[in-house]
Amino acid sequence: MTNKPKIILGMGTCGMAAGAKTLLEKVESHIREKKIDAEIVHVGCIGMCHEEPLLDIAMPNRCRVIYNKVKPEDVSKIIDSHVLKDKPSKEHALSQILPDNGANPYIGITYFEEMPFNRKQQRIVLKNCGFINPLYIDEYIARDGYEAAKKVLFSMKPEEIIDTVKRSGLRGRGGGGFPTGLKWEFCRKAAGDTKYLICNADEGDPGAFMDRSVLEGDPHSVLEGMIIAAYAIGANQGYIYVRAEYPLAVKHLKIAIDQAREKDFLGKNILGTGFDFDIDLKQGAGAFVCGEETALIASIEGERGMPRAKPPFPANKGLWGKPTNINNVETFANVPQIILKGADWYSGFGTEKSKGTKVFALTGKIKRPGLIEVPMGIPLKEIIFDIGGGVADGTKFKAVQTGGPSGGCIPAELIDTSVDYESLTAAGTMMGSGGMVVMDNANCMVEMARFFLNFSTEESCGKCVPCRIGTKRLLEILERIIAGKGRENDLDLLSRLGSTVKGASLCGLGQTAPNPVLSMMRYFKDEYEEHIKDKSCRTGACTALSRYIVNPDTCKMCGICVKGCPVEAIADGTKKAKKPALIDDEKCIRCGICFEKCPFGVIYTKGAKKAAHVKEGLSEVKV
Amino acid sequence: MVKKIDLCVAEGIIKKYTGGVSDLIPVLQDVQEAYGYIPEPVLYFIAERMNIYPSHIFGVITFYSQFKLKPAGKYIVKVCVGTACHVKGSERVSKEIHELLKVKVGDTTDDNRFTFEEVACVGACAQAPMVIVGSDEYGKVTHGEVKKVIKKYQK
Repeated sequence: MTNKPKIILGMGTCGMAAGAKTLLEKVESHIREKKIDAEIVHVGCIGMCHEEPLLDIAMPNRCRVIYNKVKPEDVSKIIDSHVLKDKPSKEHALSQILPDNGANPYIGITYFEEMPFNRKQQRIVLKNCGFINPLYIDEYIARDGYEAAKKVLFSMKPEEIIDTVKRSGLRGRGGGGFPTGLKWEFCRKAAGDTKYLICNADEGDPGAFMDRSVLEGDPHSVLEGMIIAAYAIGANQGYIYVRAEYPLAVKHLKIAIDQAREKDFLGKNILGTGFDFDIDLKQGAGAFVCGEETALIASIEGERGMPRAKPPFPANKGLWGKPTNINNVETFANVPQIILKGADWYSGFGTEKSKGTKVFALTGKIKRPGLIEVPMGIPLKEIIFDIGGGVADGTKFKAVQTGGPSGGCIPAELIDTSVDYESLTAAGTMMGSGGMVVMDNANCMVEMARFFLNFSTEESCGKCVPCRIGTKRLLEILERIIAGKGRENDLDLLSRLGSTVKGASLCGLGQTAPNPVLSMMRYFKDEYEEHIKDKSCRTGACTALSRYIVNPDTCKMCGICVKGCPVEAIADGTKKAKKPALIDDEKCIRCGICFEKCPFGVIYTKGAKKAAHVKEGLSEVKV
Repeated sequence: MVKKIDLCVAEGIIKKYTGGVSDLIPVLQDVQEAYGYIPEPVLYFIAERMNIYPSHIFGVITFYSQFKLKPAGKYIVKVCVGTACHVKGSERVSKEIHELLKVKVGDTTDDNRFTFEEVACVGACAQAPMVIVGSDEYGKVTHGEVKKVIKKYQK
């Protein structure tokens, strides 16, 4: 480690999307120009996606200061003041991180740990994300990295490891919630000499990016968890099945595996203990169903990724017919900490049945979207309002969707629900892998259900009839409701068909695909009935069932909507016309451009009662 | 457009692997990386060299959305239609790109410049709605900005 000033950039996928690349170029050219002797460090996601792009500066023996939403033109100013004069630019600074080595803090800058976004978080899995450079194994080692692996290899028996993990209460973080220790025990006890270990990094839930962040920001924690698991179950070969859609995660994993081999943590005779274990990377090719363990196994074997019937379970008959243990990224990343700090420490977090922490990707209509890690059992309210800062732009919180296309929604009335496996299931949804999408008044619950079903229908592998045909029929019913052609008994049909698909499908995809629609019907029945009986959508999201109206009293006659309308359906609305804008409902194609473009927010949507304007053929749905 | 397919590239790729069925997907991924798509002659070539039925290979190719049997344009325009992007209006973004490029999802423009795709979640949900052109990522692409982004890549 050098004693140079460090300029730290968050170069995860989200940071890049927010413009980190441009910042990096700017930083590089500036320090070259001014001949500043500083080290540029790339880190993964620190979780505060809403503040991206981030640029941090750490002077030797001083606290690391985070600058948020940095514009390229501010880079030189920030660097000059902070690096050259050791005076952080307070107008741009967001917070400072209190390090463990007792470095000097600055006066007048909030602490990172005390920010509302971070105060209620508990970082176990994410402890290194955004703090270390994921491309250097030494930085991971400097923060107790690979200590747990050494501990198990030199001083623990496999049974002791399994016992520790069992006592910690760790459950599968991929969504299933099966006790991890028990899963390991099944595989350890299964007959056979050759056993395999697989890390499921096929994070396919739309709206979830927990695994991506961990793989990008702290890949070694996953490798270490795998080494410990392999030793516990007696596997000598491991695979990481990662989505090809995550190029940066793939790159970081490849580098991490090479470095771990160099340092003798992977390969033959690890650290001279006689234990052999190596990891290969397998890239998924874009099929959501491969997140299901048996489909994932089929995919690694080079087949179409179709699920197989269970039993036999992978623990007895998995990859190439051998006993196989599969865990998710987050599950593995928890393991080294449990080994180092003990089962009692870990089970101190959480509720009676759900122990430890859970990482969530908080997104949607929320003020502070980002990656968060909270203790199990935290009330949902605290996640949405204290950490996330409530819904954006003063709209009203309506519901939150957890578990992606397999889960359900939790309405505003149930905001006090405790976030643990049991409570979420009781509320009609599930923990899932950790996607948490917040919805506000503008999101229609019929349309959202259609969105999820459309996803499941497209991703259904087609092997079993209830899923292949059932999801398609469910989707068609929802499509006709949205088009204003809903029938009297459609709700009944949806719930009967939904429960059939759930009960008769072979794998997790089909068994959970009807969940979004069933749970949304449960909590927002009136909205569904409105769509069917009144042919009206209160949110304006179902364009066939709503219309756009200009408030004549507040219209500023700027003419922006008139210009933007692609079909010339807006009359007046200009300074010249001296009249507020008026939308011709007959001509309007409900593209919503005027609604989005209006700088003063005077255009609103209204459910079109009885939908007189829905012309036959305009939104024809074959039934 | 008649371009001769150079099978030597495929030969080199296959040689890197041990040749079991489990190497099929990595081989196809490398082939696609090298050729931009999976040309039919290469499919048969792989079948012969790896001793796998062409029908099996075809089945695998069509199962996974990553594999293409047709050449793609110079720039692949991907609109993320994951949940977070959907909630933030990705449907409109997609519609706008469709109008700008005048191609359907999955198709390539006549000048072979753009291929238009929809993807389910690229994992940058906080920057929703997301558009990716080539390897450049654009976050918070609202109405009006789509045009600016696409324009950068037009001739």
